[in-house]
Amino acid sequence: MTDYNFAYLDEQTKRMIRRAILKGLAIPGYQVPFASREMPMPYGWGTGGVQVSAATLTPDDTLKVIDQGADDTTNAVSIRKFFERTAGVATTEETSKASVIQTRHRIPEEDLTEDQILVYQVPIPEPLRFLEPSEVETRKMHSLEDYGLMHVKLYEDISRHGQIATSYAYPVKVEDRYVMDPSPIPKFDNPKLEMAAIQLFGAGREQRIYAIPPYTQVVSLDFEDYPFEASKADAACDLCAATDSYLDEVITDDAGGRMFVCSDTDYCRSRRAAGHVGALGTAFDEDAA
Amino acid sequence: MHMQSLQGGFSSEPVEAAVAFRAAMSAMARPGRIETVAGAQPPAPMSVAAGVLILTLCDPETPVFLAGAWDCPEVRDWITFHTGAPFAGPETCAFALGDWAAVTPLSRFPIGTPEYPDRSTTVIVEMSELSEAGATLSGPGIQSSATLSLPEIAPMQANAVLFPLGLDFFLTCGDRLAGLPRTTKISNVEG
Repeated sequence: MTDYNFAYLDEQTKRMIRRAILKGLAIPGYQVPFASREMPMPYGWGTGGVQVSAATLTPDDTLKVIDQGADDTTNAVSIRKFFERTAGVATTEETSKASVIQTRHRIPEEDLTEDQILVYQVPIPEPLRFLEPSEVETRKMHSLEDYGLMHVKLYEDISRHGQIATSYAYPVKVEDRYVMDPSPIPKFDNPKLEMAAIQLFGAGREQRIYAIPPYTQVVSLDFEDYPFEASKADAACDLCAATDSYLDEVITDDAGGRMFVCSDTDYCRSRRAAGHVGALGTAFDEDAA
Repeated sequence: MHMQSLQGGFSSEPVEAAVAFRAAMSAMARPGRIETVAGAQPPAPMSVAAGVLILTLCDPETPVFLAGAWDCPEVRDWITFHTGAPFAGPETCAFALGDWAAVTPLSRFPIGTPEYPDRSTTVIVEMSELSEAGATLSGPGIQSSATLSLPEIAPMQANAVLFPLGLDFFLTCGDRLAGLPRTTKISNVEG
């Protein structure tokens, strides 16, 4: 650990990121440009989130990293190890014990508290990018609050599919001003964007940082006759029987066998430890793999 | 340059700056909440909290405007030695430092542009008193309402109306600081 500055980045880089975070918190949902650095991992692996986490961590923090809700996938494991080595922080898989949580594409099922910070990895921060490729134009659209195009997109969803088919990265309006991409979280998670914790978003390749302070109004875009609906698979977790959590569908054989499991591995584990058993689950055993 | 300008910085910058930033972030994310910071011993009339903010956030990329009594050789030397931040007038500064009488009128500072509302000044206002009582605040970061002693109500309300443009404030007193972003709505004064 002595080979690195605390939390890998040099101090001037951290100051630049910290200033961007403060402006982001002061202008919720607005994408603050920042001078993203090369990190020892490729773009797309969470370099934006890693830089925001590096500028946020203190030695007393306990870090949790999740990838699609899971603590034990490659991306989560490598980022957790990165900060164990470069910042020397404690790490955990338990949501309630973490003070900083870096996430890729999920919000933990358990409600976060005022003492926690949620850092999102963001691939494309600009919600209007696939509708308007020019940065000059999208910046002008944000400044003029010209979001008609986004409603046209949702309307075209309805005319083509009979419903709003956007199921992840569902656009939100923050504090009745900026339309924001909540990163590719399932729209099931959108209602949770109004929370007690500080939410920071980092996009490394696109060089943008944005933020949502606690208790900030975050509204998913919709129409009066097609209201927003937070959807999930209509099933219970086959391991822990939870009916209120977001589920992954897992193919189990080549004969059409499948099962639904909680995407949030810590939520599922804690439910099983409390004695809940799903249709395909077995009694919880702490030592089992 | 006086010898005391070389002292009073962070003794362990990476860790102390990280802890200080978390306090500053928490203050900016939760207007009305007062945070305590440590690690800087700046020359008078600068407070410890203002010194910590300058050390944590300023460097050669951020022009600093010193207002009133804060524009003195001791403060200039201290900021130059510890941060390398250049000094600038109010029209071009990223950070401004002084007491309320010295930093006003606020119309001198950049409030950002419609395309880049983040390019606005962060004003550090040195206060003789700072308490969680006074004007009633609401907005992002505040669950229902909060109260905070503000130097003056009307200019802060006028600043909030500019949203998404506008200035952001840190109020400092001794080793304590509070944040007041442009999003905070200031409704009335208690008793």
